[in-house]
Amino acid sequence: MSETTFEPKIIAFLCNWCTYTGADLAGTSRLQYPPNIRIIRLMCSGAVDPIYVLKADLSGADGILIGGCHPGDCHYQEGNYKARRRIVALKEILKNTGFEEERIWLRWISASEGTRFADTVREMTAAIKAMGPNPYKQIWAV
Amino acid sequence: MEAIIQLENRSTLEALQALFKKLLAEKIVDALLLPMRTPKGTITPALVSNPDLLDHADPLAPVLAVNTATLAGKVSVRKPRARVGVVMRSCELRALVELTKMQQACLDDLLLIAIDCAGTYNVPTFLKKESESDQPLWKELFQALQKNPQSDNPSLRSACQICEQPTFEKAALRIKLLESDLDEALFLEVDDSLAEKLNLSPAPASSQNKVVSELIGYRSQRRDTVFTEIHERIADENGIQNVFAACIRCHNCMTVCPICYCKTCVFKSAVFDHEPMQYIEWSQQKGAFRMPADTMLFHLTRMNHMALSCVGCGMCTEACPAELPVGLVFRTVGQQLQKTFDYQPGRSMDEALPLVTFKADEWTEVGE
Repeated sequence: MSETTFEPKIIAFLCNWCTYTGADLAGTSRLQYPPNIRIIRLMCSGAVDPIYVLKADLSGADGILIGGCHPGDCHYQEGNYKARRRIVALKEILKNTGFEEERIWLRWISASEGTRFADTVREMTAAIKAMGPNPYKQIWAV
Repeated sequence: MEAIIQLENRSTLEALQALFKKLLAEKIVDALLLPMRTPKGTITPALVSNPDLLDHADPLAPVLAVNTATLAGKVSVRKPRARVGVVMRSCELRALVELTKMQQACLDDLLLIAIDCAGTYNVPTFLKKESESDQPLWKELFQALQKNPQSDNPSLRSACQICEQPTFEKAALRIKLLESDLDEALFLEVDDSLAEKLNLSPAPASSQNKVVSELIGYRSQRRDTVFTEIHERIADENGIQNVFAACIRCHNCMTVCPICYCKTCVFKSAVFDHEPMQYIEWSQQKGAFRMPADTMLFHLTRMNHMALSCVGCGMCTEACPAELPVGLVFRTVGQQLQKTFDYQPGRSMDEALPLVTFKADEWTEVGE
């Protein structure tokens, strides 16, 4: 796979109430954004167990996006604050064990921010393209 | 208060056994959880309720076969329960504090008795050294540190060699072995009410003893040197694969870890069992597929679950049949993580576990 034709695969864990609905709005508003994203809907960003983020990373996903409600707006009051701490901890572990933690993004996108969702996917796809493929696509001994 | 027990021709061990018997005789506790010497000469924790059997108590033997924190959890976690005195080393007590925060233990009816630690051997080394030595092994270790707190002992467990927390200050009773004149007397730090019940004599104005602070200073340096070495090994692009490539996935590290408390670990469940064709598909994607699967996922997830509470007891290292430096790696990463959250496991019951709490206005740069 040459660098020029590399199309990143981004796994997105989106909360039902904000970011997923934001993605829906982007769709119904016919906003164009790169088709590199594979969405998994959860009820809350606080329901994203880091084990699945790791599983995606070690399986070769080029980027992982976790999307939740803006701080203060969580449907379950505080799920996104807890998600943030979990992602901080996860990134710290990855940073210290030789992984590219920059492949993991946490973004707050509300149900009304279809444009922000499309922009985020665009921005992330470009950033991951610049990084190149996840080396774990090739590394078999994990 | 500071108290003193004169040995008066007794051995240190006999003086301690007498003290423990008193705890049972005065009904201060209903039972004691402490290291006992079996008829075979091995050391195992036991829950003792008959004071006569305390003749076999041996909390001084420098060996740590299991981290007793888990066991203290079993006898305290829910009501009805009895009052139990636990005689433990610092790493065990710190793990107990963490388990209490995780609601796997409860300190309400536990009497914490902390015994200063000069380091422990692994089980085979301990048994070998005991068969060869006619002096009590613990005494050599303490005397070596009292003579020179900066002395190294490469026979000790690797975790003990870099242990910078040989004492635990928040116990109801602390047996200050590091600061005691081992041939004459035992120094204790004890809660006033307990001292009264045990009828302990106050110690004369304590002379400044620098052993503990010097030991902590030196061991902290040693620890940082080891952390730097480990960090260099695991922070390049091959990362922890450098260390865990030889892992055989026995899960011993998880089984013996006092912090890993889940009754059914996700890695012992069927969560990551897949359809036969799925494995073939992965094999075809990468050309080869390591089996058993998810070895790095296992270690990274375990880190994610317990590194913030890792007390560095090193049980995992001892349990690893592949002789991987599991504990040192977990402590190295754990320390970075603990620094990030300004959290020190076992330090205080007042500090919430970092992942169950939050502030609204923190790490705003992580979630944009």
